[in-house]
Amino acid sequence: MSSAAATSTDPHPAIGLKAIEKWYGTRDTPVHALAPTDLAVPEGQFLVLLGPSGCGKTTLLRMIGGLIEPTSGELSIEGKNLWRGGDRQSEALSELGMVFQEANLFPWLTIEQNIALPLELKGVDKDKRLARARELCKLVGIAGFEKRWPKELSGGMRQRAAIARALSYDPHILLMDEPFGALDAMTRDAMNLELQRIWMETKKTVVLVTHSIGEAVFLADRIVLLSPRPGRIDSIIDVPFPRARGTEVQTSAEFQAIVRRLRVRLAEIS
Amino acid sequence: MTDSVKISVPPPELLAKKRITREGLLPWITTPVLVFAMVVVWHVYVKTTGISAFILPAPSTVWTEWLAMLDSPRAWRHTYFTIYATLVGFFWAIVIGVGLGVMIARIRWLEQTLNPFIVATQVVPKVALVPLFVVWFGFGITSKVIVAAVLAFFPILTNTVLGVKSIDEGHRDVMTSLNATRWQIFKRLELPSALPYILTGLEVGIVLAIIGAIVGEYLGGNTGLGALLIARMNAYETDQMFAVLIHMSLLGFAFYFAIGALRRVLIPWHQSASH
Repeated sequence: MSSAAATSTDPHPAIGLKAIEKWYGTRDTPVHALAPTDLAVPEGQFLVLLGPSGCGKTTLLRMIGGLIEPTSGELSIEGKNLWRGGDRQSEALSELGMVFQEANLFPWLTIEQNIALPLELKGVDKDKRLARARELCKLVGIAGFEKRWPKELSGGMRQRAAIARALSYDPHILLMDEPFGALDAMTRDAMNLELQRIWMETKKTVVLVTHSIGEAVFLADRIVLLSPRPGRIDSIIDVPFPRARGTEVQTSAEFQAIVRRLRVRLAEIS
Repeated sequence: MTDSVKISVPPPELLAKKRITREGLLPWITTPVLVFAMVVVWHVYVKTTGISAFILPAPSTVWTEWLAMLDSPRAWRHTYFTIYATLVGFFWAIVIGVGLGVMIARIRWLEQTLNPFIVATQVVPKVALVPLFVVWFGFGITSKVIVAAVLAFFPILTNTVLGVKSIDEGHRDVMTSLNATRWQIFKRLELPSALPYILTGLEVGIVLAIIGAIVGEYLGGNTGLGALLIARMNAYETDQMFAVLIHMSLLGFAFYFAIGALRRVLIPWHQSASH
């Protein structure tokens, strides 16, 4: 297991973090959510942030997504600074697509309208954006449900629509915060396979947060293990299995060895 | 590589929003039956006890009087007056209630500053203020409009505040991550999200607006269904009083159902629109 040498030699990473730090709370009871952290995610990589609760993995992802401002440090997306003087830079933001634990579809919009919402906000005209939404429905496997209300879809299908929405404006980077955490185990396994397929078809850079070790090892090119109080990078593990990975990978001895190593380390740091 | 998971599309009739069920049909049968039974009891009571027509006229007389009302241009003038006072008052209640509600829900200090006053306007029995409105705004339509607006305003305000405050944090995250402007957030998230709440406020508000208009007419002026009712009372024409009451009730129903129709048009996605 390599040490916390997180900075890669890649001069133009998709995501670059330099001494990113986050404090929460008041002056009297400050909480150190994330100690100064360096991390570089190369383009096209599938990176998983894994760790026990309170390790700052969601905080880290939300900072990359521009939802929380770091207390200090520098954050660049495709070489462009995300924050400048307390304001988010829209060129950097438009390279990011976010998927949350809940699908967060708007119940008053149909599935295709939900998927087309980001394009609507950007002023793309109706025919174009709905055509794009229908194309994405095919990609994520919910063709035929374009005109349905979100409440008419199952949890897994709603999450597919949420992924389609994040992909609508074709960002280079997909940020996913425990996207399948609210799904049952069987749907979750199916969605992991689907996500791998979508990732391979679209060639995005993905950062995914999870607390499931099996999910992390199955999906990741590289796992960043975080430890709590304060949140910091504990270690980085490369996952060597070739793509596309099928379910059978999970029963291999090598897979099990990585899972075991991570489980032991997680127990030590939790 | 495994194939993508296939999902078959269910036939539309399975997902149809409104299914005609036995429960859905029930009120269409029970309501006329119960109304008819009530009228029969009323009729039998009047016939067997021989009660004075000044106290309780027979349903047939009331019916005749109501039909006569429908034929009378004068009665319609009163009706239009009440409808106008109700709708104008209701309109201002919506403008002020929704506008102020959105601001209060978003601006913390404004809520804290205004809250005691808003509660005060609610605790004061507003109907008791009607004579004051007559003094201030005269016997014309203005005082009726104001009573209607004051009564309808509060449920619209509180429901709007509740609606804007109930917006899902996850939905806000989506708009933030998409770099939406304040106006886009209002138009695409806050307004549609609060709409079911606002419509609930309107449903209560319209009923209060018509009550406000009629009470306003009781106490001032000689136009409107409220004034007509008082005139009939003073003339001891109980059968015509009943006819006016029926007229008022039907007006209330019409307004209430209009809001219900608005619900189905504006928020077809919401559960409340399906019944």
